[in-house]
Amino acid sequence: MEVLPKIPKSWNLESKPHKFCPGCGHGLVLKALGQVIDELGIQDRVVFGCDIGCSLLAWDFFNVDSVQTHHGRTTPVMVGIKRANPELIVVAYMGDGGGYAIGSQHLVNAATRDDKITVLLVNNTIYAMTGGQMAPTTMPGQKTETTPYGRDVGVAGYPMMGPEMVSAITQEGAYVARGSVARFRKLKQYIKNALQNQMDERGFSFVEALSTCPTNWRTNAEKTWAFLEEQMTDQYPPGEFKTPQGKEG
Amino acid sequence: MGEKPIKGEQKAFMTGNEAVAWAALAADAEIMYGYPITPQNEVMQYWTRLAPKYDKRFLQTEDELSAGFTTVGGVLAGRRAFTATAGPGNVLMQEPMSMAEAMRIPTVVVIQQRGGPSTATVIYSQQEVTLTCFGGNGEGLRIVYSTSSHQELFDYTIKAFNTAWKYRFPTFVLADGYQAKMRESLVLYDPQAKGIEMVPTESFVGKPGTPGEDRPPAHLRNTYNTEEELFDVLSKNIREFEENAPEITEYEEFNTDDADLLLIAHGIVFRSAAMAARELAGEGQKVGYFRPITLRPFPQEELRQAAAKAKQVMVVESAYGQLLKLVKENLYGMEVPIKTHLRPGVGITPEEIVADTKKILGEGE
Ligand SMILES: Cc1ncc(C[n+]2csc(CCOP(=O)(O)OP(=O)(O)O)c2C)c(N)n1
Ligand code: SF4
Ligand SMILES: [Mg+2]
Repeated sequence: MEVLPKIPKSWNLESKPHKFCPGCGHGLVLKALGQVIDELGIQDRVVFGCDIGCSLLAWDFFNVDSVQTHHGRTTPVMVGIKRANPELIVVAYMGDGGGYAIGSQHLVNAATRDDKITVLLVNNTIYAMTGGQMAPTTMPGQKTETTPYGRDVGVAGYPMMGPEMVSAITQEGAYVARGSVARFRKLKQYIKNALQNQMDERGFSFVEALSTCPTNWRTNAEKTWAFLEEQMTDQYPPGEFKTPQGKEG
Repeated sequence: MGEKPIKGEQKAFMTGNEAVAWAALAADAEIMYGYPITPQNEVMQYWTRLAPKYDKRFLQTEDELSAGFTTVGGVLAGRRAFTATAGPGNVLMQEPMSMAEAMRIPTVVVIQQRGGPSTATVIYSQQEVTLTCFGGNGEGLRIVYSTSSHQELFDYTIKAFNTAWKYRFPTFVLADGYQAKMRESLVLYDPQAKGIEMVPTESFVGKPGTPGEDRPPAHLRNTYNTEEELFDVLSKNIREFEENAPEITEYEEFNTDDADLLLIAHGIVFRSAAMAARELAGEGQKVGYFRPITLRPFPQEELRQAAAKAKQVMVVESAYGQLLKLVKENLYGMEVPIKTHLRPGVGITPEEIVADTKKILGEGE
């Protein structure tokens, strides 16, 4: 069995321990991303963009050039960089609010334009940074600060199925997957495939990562894991939705 | 790089939008991002026709938020990048430009003002002065050139790239629908042939070497832990803005010694004001004008000196007091009476100004 280095080389040790809450999924997604950057040997040409949301806590997470942008606007900043210098490998890192609500027009249009960028979106079913309001991905019946009696789909609508939507609007050559921090190796493989897709200039690449927010879910370790592994995974099936060869998951 | 788009000097007769596209080419801008809006459309239309011939790029975005943020991205990648917009597009542009302002990203934006919100008129106004100077949640640390002719649109579009990259503040060329759509003669030129050196660009991200090994990583942010941390960043930016202001400010004046009436106008309205002032001066009246070319930073000292010598001033603009607000702020504490000729959303002719001036001067006797 391959033994992975404990800490990715591309991590910025000066900003560790990181600023996420204990039990937060963001750290795992970024660990996977760090390992992928190391394995692909692209630390010198990755540009990491982070949104507003808990993702902003990653502004100095890596020893890679990083830009912390505005809420929902990480996709266009990364598109602008990529269009101006296609040699760079750009990663737009955002939450479900940033990607599916306020920045959804950018996601949809970058995907349909087939921009050669990678969007990495953390689905924690909630607006975490602002204190736990409903997100586009909040589950039917899920209690949040703005759905205190549970999300009533008759009033607040249904959860956004991101990878399903993105795979429907992208061209052949795009890469679309949904992973989970509960399946670290798979998630890491998806992120690697996505970045490889960008490096091969095949097309748009998108990975949604199912993640945890014990702070706003108000769950202990056991319940956190159960919510992720059971409810979320039921609502949001992980897997590859579009691969450049056209193979499914 | 291929051939130069303009060799030496070339006489032309064209619209203002076309002049902007040629100026951006002449300035060696590398990429434009944009979203269609009247009266700015032809900037993009000429750029997309000309750009591929000179190895330049274009991206039509999904809205002006995206046009602004992709422009920010283009600049971060070290390119001379720009966009152009108007009216409601200028409103959306303020979100990305507040990022550029706080992070000192040298974006260039050309604004062709139109009237009112939504599609009130797609024709003309001077109602985007406050928005362009102070829009966004920041302190208005930007440079705004207000042009009055096609020659100036060409000159100041080239200059905007140099100002932006030299001082690292977002820079705006503020014109209007009349300037955008009218045809006028002007001289296009290769800046080098005129001894204008383009300020070199620099990448903010993707410099050579591995971050953390060969060089420190770029960690660009607008997120701070404490009020004091933000205050320190802002204080530095404000200090640099104010220190550089005297070098950046530009203005024009006429007959300011001992004027009975000093007309104050900017942009295309300034042309009417200048014609009026010269006509009245020709008739022996003591009428002068003061024209701020930079609305941000504002030529405060120069205006105060001119106003100190005048019996009264009159602010003339196609808005209901946006230039007036700037003038009042910059004349604070002075006693010179301020008259106004405010026509929001409509053009102003020299005849109207002459008539109003005569009325005021007549009253004074
Ligand atoms: C234009 C704008 N609107 C609203 C906000 C407030 N805001 C900050 S973070 C956030 C939501 C974050 O949720 P998400 O994107 O899911 O990220 P998470 O914190 O869950 O990782 C909101 C609404 C903002 N910063 N900017
Ligand atoms: S609030 Fe939630 S998403 Fe944000 S750092 Fe804490 S656990 Fe993570
Ligand atoms: Mg979220």
